[in-house]
Amino acid sequence: MTAPSTAERMTRLLALVPYLQARPDGVRLADAAADFGVAEAQLRRDLDLLWVCGLPGHGPGDLIDLAFEGDRVRVTFTAGMVRPLRLTTDEAVALIVALRTLLELPGLAEGEAVSRALAKVSAAAGHAAEVRAPVAVSVGAREQSLSVVRDGLERQRALHLHYYVPSRDERTERTVDPMRLLLVDGHWYLEAWCRGAEGVRLFRLDRIDEVAVLDEAAAPPPQAHERDLDDGLYQPGAEAPVVRLRLARTARWVADYYPVEEPTEVSDPPGGLAVAVRTSDLAWARRLVASLGGAATVDEPAELAEQVAAEARAALARYAD
Amino acid sequence: MAAKRAERLVNLVIALLGTRQYVSAAKIRATVPGYEPDDGTERADEAFKRMFERDKAELREIGVPLETGRTSVFDTEDGYRIARTDYELPEITLTGEEAAAVGLALRLWQSAQLAGAAQSALVKLRAAGVDVDQTRGIPIQPRLDAGEPAFEPCYAAARDRRELTFDYRRPDADQASRRRVQPWGVVAWHGRWYLVGHDLDRQAPRVFRLSRVTGTPKASGPAGAFEPPADLDLASVVAGSERREEQLVVVRARPGTAIGLRRHAVPLGPAEDGDDRLELRTTEPWSLADQLAAYGPDVLVEAPQQMREAVVERLTRLAALDGAA
Repeated sequence: MTAPSTAERMTRLLALVPYLQARPDGVRLADAAADFGVAEAQLRRDLDLLWVCGLPGHGPGDLIDLAFEGDRVRVTFTAGMVRPLRLTTDEAVALIVALRTLLELPGLAEGEAVSRALAKVSAAAGHAAEVRAPVAVSVGAREQSLSVVRDGLERQRALHLHYYVPSRDERTERTVDPMRLLLVDGHWYLEAWCRGAEGVRLFRLDRIDEVAVLDEAAAPPPQAHERDLDDGLYQPGAEAPVVRLRLARTARWVADYYPVEEPTEVSDPPGGLAVAVRTSDLAWARRLVASLGGAATVDEPAELAEQVAAEARAALARYAD
Repeated sequence: MAAKRAERLVNLVIALLGTRQYVSAAKIRATVPGYEPDDGTERADEAFKRMFERDKAELREIGVPLETGRTSVFDTEDGYRIARTDYELPEITLTGEEAAAVGLALRLWQSAQLAGAAQSALVKLRAAGVDVDQTRGIPIQPRLDAGEPAFEPCYAAARDRRELTFDYRRPDADQASRRRVQPWGVVAWHGRWYLVGHDLDRQAPRVFRLSRVTGTPKASGPAGAFEPPADLDLASVVAGSERREEQLVVVRARPGTAIGLRRHAVPLGPAEDGDDRLELRTTEPWSLADQLAAYGPDVLVEAPQQMREAVVERLTRLAALDGAA
């Protein structure tokens, strides 16, 4: 894991000639660029550079030779660069740990194929794979519904869900058009177009109580867009009303978990954090505050604090009986 | 990277791969294009030496096995070569299904810390003739927590087996405290990153949440300074530190309420007041107490007494939220 620019380009340059050598019929430039994860213009610069490299002497017969035919390229002289460089420890770790993780997730890929790939990759990595991996991944999300949801995605069929909605504490039934599966922070989510809500929704797989693949094509409408996960899982509208909370130290995780605005360190409570959360769902806010058991206090709106407190007093009355 | 330098490095690799003999620095200077020519001045010699040192370091950095040695006893100085068997990735052929598994697996790192290593591993496999198509197949985006600044130094120190020093703030502490650790490895466990290692001050294995590390951890001392336990299973160390005993809890819920609790509860039949009695199991009693308190008057804890008290304590705090007495 060095500075990406230098190491990344050198790794690519050393791999390009063997890549072409392994494909004697030639490759479309656009496909090669995609395989190397670079723009086509960058790939052309790389090929131009390699074209003037070669064996000492640098006579016409010593230089790497490429043949361009239309939008395709193939190599006609490799100057001895026939195989890619061995895997580094980091590369071997990335491959092996990822495959082991996949083995841990039944229902995603054919287990036998993953095991065989793991064995072959470990053998090819040789020395780099013998180092005990300094990183491990344990997902621990093995929901029953995973294989059914995967089946629906693979065959592009609509799904019928019995889904538990925690913010309203209710069970719902709905028909959805599956779009993709996400694994975020240790939880699986199905991103799908919900026909009832007429919008893209995320369904956490451990909240799906029943799921069935329908005999009906999945057809998310054109306006159904996958959300950009870099913006977080919860993306409330910018117009939604603001709830202002004061989080005690034990509740500061809320700021990592939900998108909050204007986080401000406060001394009351000691080590606390004041945040603003946007939500149009006051029931959700009520449940969040109540589930924090007093570790969050409400600055705004007053009705939220009143509702939570009234519920708590009613509950205390039952314990007093 | 400057194109000139890249070109010189590629030429150097080709030259050293193409010979079984050790090649002297002087010969490299004369035959690999791009080096400062020998014009007899000390300045040119110095420039060449600096450039060559940097190039050697660069190649070793990306994993090129650059050997130093002498071909015969008559050689007066060390030369360089790259043994083809050490350089080349061995043959690997994957079936379509196996290649698809690799493609899917590597997506795990797409937004996480090993993304660069995963991408270059993929490049090398493709260069070895393996066709990994990541655009086909079912749309899955696995994703490990992306922004964990402590990952890289912790991972590198565990990989190189160097001691690590960092400041760590426990959730119940006001101040971070300095920790010295022999890092065994970094673990993603249920969506969170942890460092597992031997705490040198406490002389015991410890698990640290990476998000609670403050500042940048620093590695010190030589590589290979320790050996992790032979039977180490990183994930189970973290799981063990998080594991607690299972507790049974009995609650009463008003009919039609507390749907979330009922999903994992064993129904025990109706109570005398018409409420449903439910049996719950938990390994995280405090988190269950939070959940029970949030149900307000819909849920009443019967047993155990500690759970009743924990919930009443929470409700008492919540009842004071609006400032009314």
